[in-house]
Amino acid sequence: MFRVNIQSEPFDIHDEHWRLSSLGPDVGAVVSFTGQVRDEALELEHYPAMALRQMEAVLAEARARWPLKGATLIHRFGRLEVGAPIVLVLTASSHRQAAFEAAAFLMDWLKTRAPFWKKGADGWVEAKAGDDAAAARWGT
Amino acid sequence: MTVSLLYFAWVRERIGIGAEELVLDGPTTVGALVERLADLSDGHRAALADRGRLRAAVNQNFVGWDAAVAPGDEVAIFPPVTGGLA
Repeated sequence: MFRVNIQSEPFDIHDEHWRLSSLGPDVGAVVSFTGQVRDEALELEHYPAMALRQMEAVLAEARARWPLKGATLIHRFGRLEVGAPIVLVLTASSHRQAAFEAAAFLMDWLKTRAPFWKKGADGWVEAKAGDDAAAARWGT
Repeated sequence: MTVSLLYFAWVRERIGIGAEELVLDGPTTVGALVERLADLSDGHRAALADRGRLRAAVNQNFVGWDAAVAPGDEVAIFPPVTGGLA
């Protein structure tokens, strides 16, 4: 099961994890990454059609590189308070290495390719050069 | 013979609107389009003056400034994206 979703409401990490862990007897590893709002509340703006398209493209790229049994990408938008979950990446594979690597790859690429912008109390949050470097380590 | 324009984040705020349409004389490039848009208003000029701080997409794919734009395309101008977190 491969799924991308963009939503304002919270996600249930236990439900999402169970969907992948229960896929079948050949799933031996499920890796989950949750990003949450740090330091100050944020307003997240996004470009809906492009965000969905880019997230689907990144997921397809991950499937081409690693033997995944399933993966879930969820990104939230709207106003999010400190500590609120903002992004969820789940990967399922037979073995841990593919699941770990694919999850890191998906997260690095989300940061540079998913058209989301964050506004805090002091204005818009600038993209960091380190994000491009993190994505670049996977090659293109 | 129009293109749809979309603006996001502080580009949208400075221009004052999130979307508009522009009539094209013929095929052009994203860079030439941005130069033309900058002349529309003070807000457009403020938003589009520093191309180094901007990114562009045509039909929802990232492109460079020399990318072609044709009638019917959806062109988006925005700051570098900051998806995810942590």
